Order: sequence, then C-alpha cells, then structure tokens
Amino acid sequence: MPDTSSSKPRIEHYVAPLEETPLAAIDSVKTEGKPSNLWIDAWHDLRRRPMFWISSALILIIVFVALFPGLFTNESPNEGCQLANSNGAPVPGHPLGFTRQGCDVFARIVYGAGTSLSVGIIVTILVFTLGVLFGAFAGYYGGWVDGVLSRVGDIFFSIPYILAAVVIMSVLANYRSVWVISLAIGVFAWPATARVLRSEILRVKNSDFVTAATAIGVSRFKILWAHVVPNSIAPVIVIATISLAGAIVAEATLSFLGVGLPSTFMSWGNDIAQAQTTLRTAPQVLIYPSIALSLTVFSFIMLGEVVRDALDPKARAQR
Amino acid sequence: MSTPLLQVKDLEVGFRTQTGVVQAVRGVSFTLDRGSSLAIVGESGSGKSTTAHAIINLLPGTGHISGGQVLLDGQDLAQASQHEMEQIRGRKIGFVPQDPMSNLNPVWSIGFQVEEAIRANGIATGRKEVKKRAIQVLKEAGLQDADRRLKQFPHQFSGGMRQRVLIGMGLAANPQLLIADEPTSALDVTVQRVILDHLESLTRELGTTLLFITHDLGLAAERAEQLLVMYKGQVVEAGPSADILQNPQHPYTQRLVAAAPSLASRRIQATGSIAAAESSIAADASTAAGETIDLLATAEARAEALEAAASQPPAIVVENLTKVFKIRGSGDFTAVDDVSFQIAKGTTTALVGESGSGKSTVAKMLLKLEDATSGKIVVGGHDLASVSGKEMFGLRSRMQPVFQDPYGSLNPLRNIGNTIAEPLSTHKVGTPASRRERVFELLDQVSLPRTLVSRYPNELSGGQRQRIAIARALALKPEIVILDEAVSALDVLVQAQILRLLAELQAELNLTYLFITHDLAVVRVIADNVCVMQKGRIVEAATTDEVFGNPKEQYTRDLLAAIPGANIKLGA
Repeated sequence: MPDTSSSKPRIEHYVAPLEETPLAAIDSVKTEGKPSNLWIDAWHDLRRRPMFWISSALILIIVFVALFPGLFTNESPNEGCQLANSNGAPVPGHPLGFTRQGCDVFARIVYGAGTSLSVGIIVTILVFTLGVLFGAFAGYYGGWVDGVLSRVGDIFFSIPYILAAVVIMSVLANYRSVWVISLAIGVFAWPATARVLRSEILRVKNSDFVTAATAIGVSRFKILWAHVVPNSIAPVIVIATISLAGAIVAEATLSFLGVGLPSTFMSWGNDIAQAQTTLRTAPQVLIYPSIALSLTVFSFIMLGEVVRDALDPKARAQR
Repeated sequence: MSTPLLQVKDLEVGFRTQTGVVQAVRGVSFTLDRGSSLAIVGESGSGKSTTAHAIINLLPGTGHISGGQVLLDGQDLAQASQHEMEQIRGRKIGFVPQDPMSNLNPVWSIGFQVEEAIRANGIATGRKEVKKRAIQVLKEAGLQDADRRLKQFPHQFSGGMRQRVLIGMGLAANPQLLIADEPTSALDVTVQRVILDHLESLTRELGTTLLFITHDLGLAAERAEQLLVMYKGQVVEAGPSADILQNPQHPYTQRLVAAAPSLASRRIQATGSIAAAESSIAADASTAAGETIDLLATAEARAEALEAAASQPPAIVVENLTKVFKIRGSGDFTAVDDVSFQIAKGTTTALVGESGSGKSTVAKMLLKLEDATSGKIVVGGHDLASVSGKEMFGLRSRMQPVFQDPYGSLNPLRNIGNTIAEPLSTHKVGTPASRRERVFELLDQVSLPRTLVSRYPNELSGGQRQRIAIARALALKPEIVILDEAVSALDVLVQAQILRLLAELQAELNLTYLFITHDLAVVRVIADNVCVMQKGRIVEAATTDEVFGNPKEQYTRDLLAAIPGANIKLGA
C-alpha cells in the first residue's frame, strides 16, 4: 500500500445538533402501560393466536358436555336400547345411528365424554404433583437426595407406562373404576415431568436472585417454592397439558384392550372396542367415537403447543 | 491521496419486530483513510456494534440495512451479493469478535480453526503450506510456541490467548480493514493492555486500517486517532480523539468525559489536590446539561467520618482467612490464602484484583454463602464460624449484598414492590402497611418513582435494576453493604450515577462498604482504603491515596498502568 501515513484525520470535528439527540431518555422509567412479566406477556401473546381460541373453545365445549350430558341428548345411553335397532342407520332423533346393542351412538358419545375427561384430569394432577415433588427436591437439594429420587424415577421410567397399566389393571380386575385406571396410568407416567423440572431447577437455582434471597435470610425450603419453582414451572405446564391428551388416549387404549373400564361404563375406548366386530357392516359405530376421541386429544395437544410457543420467547422471536 | 478505504454514507439499520421496524442505526456517516484508525464509542444499545456488523453484512436475525451506502474502495457493500460478501470477508475486511470464550468452536482444535480461516480466504493451498501459514499467523499474533499448540483445544487456552488466536484469524489474509468489536472487554486490564499494544503494533506493521468498537472512552482515545461517539443509533460527535477529549462539544460527550472514572481519576492525580479536582469536575459537569457529578462533594464529610470511625470497634475484622476448594481430579485449589483486613464503621474498603484473584470468594465467606476453610471473620462482634443459625439470621439483617449482574439478581416473576419488601417480610418487620411505606421510602432513596412497585424487573434498564437491588439491600437498614462488582456491568454514565448514589447513601446512613471490583478507576472515586489481591493473597493494603500516589508493589503498578486512558493528556 503506497500511502499509509495518514496521521491527519480527514474527519472534521462534528457535533450533532442538540435537538436531534434526546438525552432525557438515559435513565428514564417507563411508567405508562400495564406491568409485564413472563406470564403477562405470554397471555398477551396467546390472546392473539387463533389456535388458542379454537382449542380453548373445543375444550370448553367438551367440558360442558361432560358436566351436563342431559342437556345434549334426551336418549339414554344404556337403557331402552332395542336390539331391533342393532347397527341401524341414522334416523330422525338418532343422528348418528345405533350400536350393535341398539343404543343411540350420539348419546353414548355424550355420556362417554365425562369418563375420558375425568381420567385425563386425575392422571394429569397425579403426574404434575409427583413430577413436581420429585423433580423439585432432586434438582434443588442435589447430592444423595437427588441420587435416591432420580434412581426411583429411572426405575419407573424404565417401564413403559402402558405396559405397567395393563399389568396393574389385570391384577386389579375386580376393582376397575375411573380412579383405579387413573392411578394405574399416572403412577408410571410422572418421571418425564420430574426430569424436565429437575433440569430447569438446576439452571435456576444458581441464579443471583437465589443467592440474594439466601443473603436476606430466607430459608432454603422457602426459596425453593417462592423463587426457584415459579421460575422453572413453565415447561412443566406445557407437558401437563399435553399429558392430559396422552392420558385420555391411554384410557381408550386400555379399554380397547379389554383391561380398562368394565363394559358397563360409558367410555369411548369401550365403544371403539365393541365396534370393531361390526366395522364393515356399520362403520359409524366405530368412526363417531373415534372422532370424538381424536378431537379431544387434538384440542389439548394444540393448546399445549400454543402455550409452549407463548412461553418461549425464543420461539416468538423467530416468527 | 486516492479515494478513502471506507466510506459510510447515511447508514440506516432496522430490525423487524412484531410491533414494526426498530431503527438501530440512523444516518451514520464517516470516512476512513488507509492506515488510519477510528474508534466508535457508545453505551450498550447505542448502535455501535450494529454499525460494525452492517459494514460486513453480519447483522443478526431480522436486522437489515434499510438505507445508505457502505463504500469499500468504491464498491457498495450494502448492495453486494452473498457471494461477493464472502469474497470480501476475511480477505479485505478482517473481524475480531467480542467474546473470546464463545467465538472459538470448542470441539475443533485451534490449528484446525486457523487453517480453516486460511483455506477459506485462499491464502495458501496444500496441507503443508496452510499449516506453515497458520503457525506464522499465530506467531504474529503473539503465541510463541504456536507449532506446539496447534493441536490444542480452545479450553486449554486462557482468555487472552484465545483473543490472540481470534486476532490472528482476523489478520490471516492481510485484510485492508480490521474491525475489532470490543476485542478486550472480557479480559483483565493487564491482559487487555498487552493485547491492545500487540494489535496496535501489528496493524501498524501491516498497514491495516483499524475500526475499533468500545464502550470505554479512555480506551478509545488511547488507541484511535479519531473518535465517533454514538448515542441511540446516531452519531452525536466525531473528530480527532484528542480534540474531542479536551474539548467535548455535545452535552452527551461532555457527560461521558466527565463520568468516565478513568479520566476523572487522572484529573485528580494531575492537579494533585482533591479540592481542585472537585471544582474542575463540577465546572465541567455544570456545563454538561446542568448535571452535577459531585462524587467528591462528600469528601470532607467522609474525612470527618473516618476520624470518628477510628475510635469505634471495626465493623468487619478478617483474620488469616483461607479457602481451599477441592477440585475433582486435580487436587486442591487455594482460592483465598491467609487474608487479613479490617474495615472501620462508615468507611469504604475496596478489594481489588483481576478475575480469579479470590476477591469474590472473600465476599461469599463474609456473607456466609461459603464456609471458610480456616481463619476468622468477625462481623459486629460476632465470629461467623461459631454463630448459631438464629444469630446468623439476625446478622443477615445487618449485612446485605449487591451483586454484579443486575439482570440476574432480581427474580423476574416478582414485582418490584415485593422484591424490595422481601427482606422485611422475611425478618417480620412491621405490618404490611408499614412495609409498603418503607418500600416507598426506599424507592425515594434510590431516586426511582413510586409507581414502580407494581412493575417487573424486565421492564427496567440495568442501572434501574441495580438501584432496585440497592434498595432491597438497604431495606433492613443494614450497617454493612457488600458490593460485589456492583457497577461493573453498567455503562459509564449509569456507573457514575450509581456511584454517586452509593456515596450519598453512605453519608446519609453511615454505611460500611466492602467494595469488590476489578476496576481501579472506580476505586479511586469511592474507596477510603484499598486491598489489592493477587492469586488469593493481599499483596498491598493502604489508603486509596497511597495506593494510587505511591504504589509499593510491582503488581499494583502494573494494574495502575493498565487503566485505559491513564496516559492521555487531558486539556491543560
């Protein structure tokens, strides 16, 4: 390079006009608008997503049907079935036709919603509680507590929960009920939740605000529940929503296999199981309960997906 | 002289967000001649890094150049295609990134990464040639045993050596322009100095034009011929370095010059008298948009406090404190080695040292977040080793910390009111109503509006968060506040504000500070006494004036000499 000796800068001393540079903003505080944190932001984000409203609306309808089935159909799902109507096609007043036993398909679907939803909710509460307790204590206290709790989790994790539930339900064949089947599914389904929470807790527990709370004198146990868990719980809530769908599927699977709820129970799984013999002659008996099941599962999975997107700021930035 | 090497004309950079386009850089223009050097100075968020990234088209995510030209040798880089840019990056423009810890791929050896840079720029072909050039590049960057270290991995290199590797990679193809984006911000001052000296001599030898990005005005003025001061995406002042420092015209630059502790402390030394320095700063500051930066205004009151404190028992006594960490596989590591010091009530003692010197470990042991291996800590007459859990709980209310990272030290899901009130509710002080009153009082003390109580930390800037952390620390009316790098993460202007706040609070509440920092320049304006730590030991302990005026240890002298901007002659 020929000319590198430019000690004389070519830039003139330039000063920007004062009115163009707002200096007052250096340490000003934003006081207008509503307060915001992770949850409030997530809610604002959710409100703008059509998928959130669609899945919420579907879930609300299903819950409503489950709570007040009598409002949706005048037919009884069990009594008054006439074998003359066996596998009958839809007629006025019976929009979806009849089962093999001559019962109204629509009524059976309406009354079956409660069973599916109860199993889903009980399992989710169980999984959430066990997962949070095991995950929180294992991650936060570490050491031998972590060793014991994580190994217990590994043992439960190593057995596929459907297989475990099949075994439990076969053993407890005489005590089948919504509660028993929920326990059978939930007892083996929690370790995944515990693992996710444990790793989140490991991340959060070294934050400065935890050290600050310790220096204030807050007890370790209180720090766990007041500072660490609230900052770690978001992914667990997403998992819980999706696991609700999984539990509903699990109940249907068990009932289909004949180890779920007794056939006297109104359950979509039972109906699907009973319909398989007549699949070719009367497909509606199989298809309509299947659609109900899929729609319910789909709603919860969709809700879980949008909640995850809303809670994950990185995913939000990508769009 | 032919055309300038780089001409930036009315550069505009925008980032697309959900709520529209945010302008990060607005109408920036400058010219850079061959072989000259320019530093862009500004706080975080001023758009200085964005400007540098826009020049080589490395804007992150949704960023894009929305207007203006970037002319390199007459070629407009803003219009260049992907392929053209790849030809220019490395060959014509070298880039040294900010963080040496994360900018080398940990799974590849250093040699592989340097060779990759050489091959990508087509400097050498053939395995032997490339390897030879890699060794040459690393040697030039100051790694003497380069041929031996080629097979090593990044984790086997210290931060300074990694930065040398990155500088070597940036200069591998003899580019005409080298952009260095905060190349030493993550390094210790003494390392920073060596690296910058080396970078300077290297670019001078090669005739490389240097574009230097930094937040440190002193550093910029020392290393570059010209300065470009940016604020909120705009250039507020530009010109020759010496000119700007001696005669800052824009109110923002004036505040920056007045607030930079390194420059202020230089002033004190230059004039030799605190009163003169005070008046010169005050004079400077009064012209600076009516802001008074009166860090030393409390100096006289402090002198009285110091005398009064001498007759009282000290607030903190540390004797022969030692902390040994057991490290799996490689034996013991002595982080703190036989450290003793005392802090009188109502005074400030600074614990100074580079990273890894054990200063933060001392703080943790004082707060009983770590247990001492041996030695004694006495706080307010209580020996920390023998206090019961209940006594410790009581002691905690008399001794509070403020941490370095204002983004990490506040629980993001708690609103400000509850955060500040937490110490009060934990120690069951007062009723909910009286606690609320106290929170308001504390917000007043740290000069924040009362309306903040219902807001959350993510809505606040770093400086504001640090004020909240200070308010929380003061909630229980402690006697001792331990400030662990409490201003290190803040920009100079905010730093000055927080330091002033701390000085005011000390005068008002007779607080005792233990101020832990790596930044000697800050020490000058806040501390009464200084303990210099090196590798776990206190190498020098004296009053601040003695340490700065007449340092006895070589290590202290090195630290002092490394303060950026210390050699700059400020206006008469």
